Amino acid sequence: MAGNHGDSQGHHITPLNVYLKVAGALFALTFLTVIAHHFSAQLGAMAAPVAFFIATIKAVLVMLWFMHLKYDTIMNRVIFGAGFFFLALLLAFSGLDIWTRVAEFSTL
Amino acid sequence: MSTDSHSVKGHEHHFAHHFRSAEHEYETTKEGIWLFMVTEILMFGGLFIGYSIFHNIYPEMFAEGASYLDWKMGFLNTLVLIFSSLTMALGIFFLQKNEQKKAVMSLAITILCGAIFMVVKYFEYTHKFHLGIFPGRLLDVAKVGVHHANLGMYFGFYYCMTGLHGIHVLLGMGLISWVLFRTLRGDFNSNYYTAVEGVGIFWHIIDLIWIFLFPLLYLVG
Repeated sequence: MAGNHGDSQGHHITPLNVYLKVAGALFALTFLTVIAHHFSAQLGAMAAPVAFFIATIKAVLVMLWFMHLKYDTIMNRVIFGAGFFFLALLLAFSGLDIWTRVAEFSTL
Repeated sequence: MSTDSHSVKGHEHHFAHHFRSAEHEYETTKEGIWLFMVTEILMFGGLFIGYSIFHNIYPEMFAEGASYLDWKMGFLNTLVLIFSSLTMALGIFFLQKNEQKKAVMSLAITILCGAIFMVVKYFEYTHKFHLGIFPGRLLDVAKVGVHHANLGMYFGFYYCMTGLHGIHVLLGMGLISWVLFRTLRGDFNSNYYTAVEGVGIFWHIIDLIWIFLFPLLYLVG
């Protein structure tokens, strides 16, 4: 609940250099994604996890600093987190359904 | 929450009567925006999960589909969107500092970046249409010369996900134009910029979704 109490002037103002650093990191990670893609043959099965791991780091940077979640209320963080929780739930149950199906073939 | 400051000279925001204070209004509005963001995550999330499941069932068909995409276009659009996210954040930053002119510039650059993104998308789409690549059954199987008969499914996902994302970019550009106009009118200052903050969160989620769409469609395939 840091930084957002008091009057509206009391909102946390992220310093300019922090925004520039976050943007720099996002650009660097985008280049890293493409570099990793050029070694996808060597990475093999790890190519996709590596790409999504980098994407997740980028997403966290955007959420914490650009979307100001780092300085937002606990309630708003819980609300947004709940979205991802229910998404994970959807994936889990859809996966359970799809990959536990028994293939049946008609004898007709 | 403490009471709002009415001692600030000049720029005083008159909050709606059903709120205790300007801060109460700000917090409530922002909570609403976050609830809306959850619906966005779930809407795009459903498509992502559908994509993962069918990618798992037909890996070769998805690889064939991805081979028709040019990663350089997606890469360029990723850089454009990240830059636009920075300028959007700076738009709010400059309002917090009462530098309205710089805020207007930042918002204008953000809209311009959205337009560049859509122009790149336009070239990608028209190139695919030219090749006969359409979603689902509309895909011209003979003209494209597909290896997998159900390639239309991959492009069903492709057009749904990038199309829905593109609609969000257009909506975002409209919303940023609205707050840009209101900034020019002098509605916003360091005491009151709630609408810009909300539009900003919406614009950043568009960037957030693209951060995952780029590797999913263009790289991993």
